[in-house]
Amino acid sequence: MKVVVAVKRVIDYNVKVRVKSDNSGVETANVKMSMNPFDEIAVEEGVRMREAGVARELIAVSMGPQQSKETIRTALAMGSDRGIHVLHPDALEPLMVAKLMAAIIRKEAPDIVILGKQAIDDDSSQTGQMLAALLGWAQGTFASKLDFEGEFVAVTREIDGGLETIKLKLPAIITTDLRLNTPRYASLPNIMKAKKKPIEETSPGDLGVDVTPRLITVKVVEPAKRQAGVKVENVEELVEKLRNEAKVIS
Amino acid sequence: MTVLVYADHDNNDLKGANYNTITAASLLGEVHILVAGENCRHVAEQAAAVDGVTKVIIADNPQYAHPLAEMLTPLIQSISGNYSHILAPSTTVGKNLLPRLAALLDVQQLSDISGIIDSDTFERPIYAGNAIATVKSTDARKVITVRTTAFDAAAIGSVPADIQEISVTEPSILSTFIDTELTQLDRPELTAAKVIISGGRGMQSGENFIILEKVANILGAAVGASRAAVDSGFVSNDYQVGQTGKIVAPDLYIAVGISGAIQHLAGMKDSKVIVAINKDEDAPIFQVADYGLVADLFKAVPELEAELKK
Repeated sequence: MKVVVAVKRVIDYNVKVRVKSDNSGVETANVKMSMNPFDEIAVEEGVRMREAGVARELIAVSMGPQQSKETIRTALAMGSDRGIHVLHPDALEPLMVAKLMAAIIRKEAPDIVILGKQAIDDDSSQTGQMLAALLGWAQGTFASKLDFEGEFVAVTREIDGGLETIKLKLPAIITTDLRLNTPRYASLPNIMKAKKKPIEETSPGDLGVDVTPRLITVKVVEPAKRQAGVKVENVEELVEKLRNEAKVIS
Repeated sequence: MTVLVYADHDNNDLKGANYNTITAASLLGEVHILVAGENCRHVAEQAAAVDGVTKVIIADNPQYAHPLAEMLTPLIQSISGNYSHILAPSTTVGKNLLPRLAALLDVQQLSDISGIIDSDTFERPIYAGNAIATVKSTDARKVITVRTTAFDAAAIGSVPADIQEISVTEPSILSTFIDTELTQLDRPELTAAKVIISGGRGMQSGENFIILEKVANILGAAVGASRAAVDSGFVSNDYQVGQTGKIVAPDLYIAVGISGAIQHLAGMKDSKVIVAINKDEDAPIFQVADYGLVADLFKAVPELEAELKK
């Protein structure tokens, strides 16, 4: 099988995000950037399929400014074979990413595309589902387990209240949830090897996709701050306050 | 303007999240509800009884027994021309379904809205709720998922709405349902609970969650967990409260052995009253807690159980 994974460069999971003083967005200058954590899980799943002999080629795609190549390099160091970078200086909305991905998928004709279930910057959780729609493919979102059986893949999904298993006809789109796997750290030799792996550069223009945004950001503000309350001395005082002051228990 | 709400249900009952979504929809215009399922007449009747709903559209057919996106999106698309806005709750069903619909309609979806400014402009949390973006959509039709904790639940109205049947669309062969494995809960569901007690990495093991369950039983509370506790394998993922788990806003949230990473706070900071029990007095959870108790949880939680029994 041929596998494509999508990876996004986002503000690192551990960085405390700050809203810009002009309320136009969040501060991204001099901030540590990393691969979106759910995309690491997508790459890991592809690499495991490659190692198990299920997949014969693994391609990592990213979109964004020049620095997105670093995110592709990370995917290559984890075990992807080659990269595709859609160079675009500005933020791309999920629908546009899905359209660009669809153009690449039509050309590469993989059997499966794995994406993170959501990016931790815009928290949209849309791209995988949109890509499935544009290609007319089946979708297995929030996946915690994949079982390949011939022309099909059984996908165990994390749903409200438990798990659901569905069977999808291949080719299909998968989006990853936390328990699908634990991503590896790239070893130093693999990081060195990744520098020699090819990254093809393309653009929305080359792919024939209009990426004009549909959403206008009016403003970005900090959420209302919650005030810290009081420390209580012991459990007795806590229960007394919950009963008589906050009145949330009887 | 007429607004369509896709109802998330299990063929027996309309999930609580729909009532909050209907409130959001009422702010935009007249509300119609789509109930697609198998033997789901009772759900349609529940939807028809909600205040502000003027019509319920029912598609009752075995092919809609389970909410498969490939099967349902053509159905919603077939009636989408009548609506200015199409909404669903931000449940796993809504999140799975609506982006597929949005792409078919060539619309840039708005996910997880927490506020409505006007018919084109919405507020939504980004970066795990560390920022709130106000965004204006230029698409003619809007496709929206709703953060249900941000809107009150709609009440039951005086006159039930009409229920109208629609014809089914061509079945999809792309996906088939195999089975579900639902966590057996003898307690309220996390997103519906008035009281939640959650454990974090400090719980040290899954077995230790029993001390939280004992308190939950007294309070009629749901039990939750931080991502750290899920990642450590203490409890399953459907316990997870936070950016990548469930978003909750109960009357009382008790965080036990949870340090308070921003990703966890994103899921619970809109709770009315927050209690934190942690032995580390510098834990960030204390910065959002109304009542903080610096203590060893293995001593404090059994004491809490005993005190609540009094």
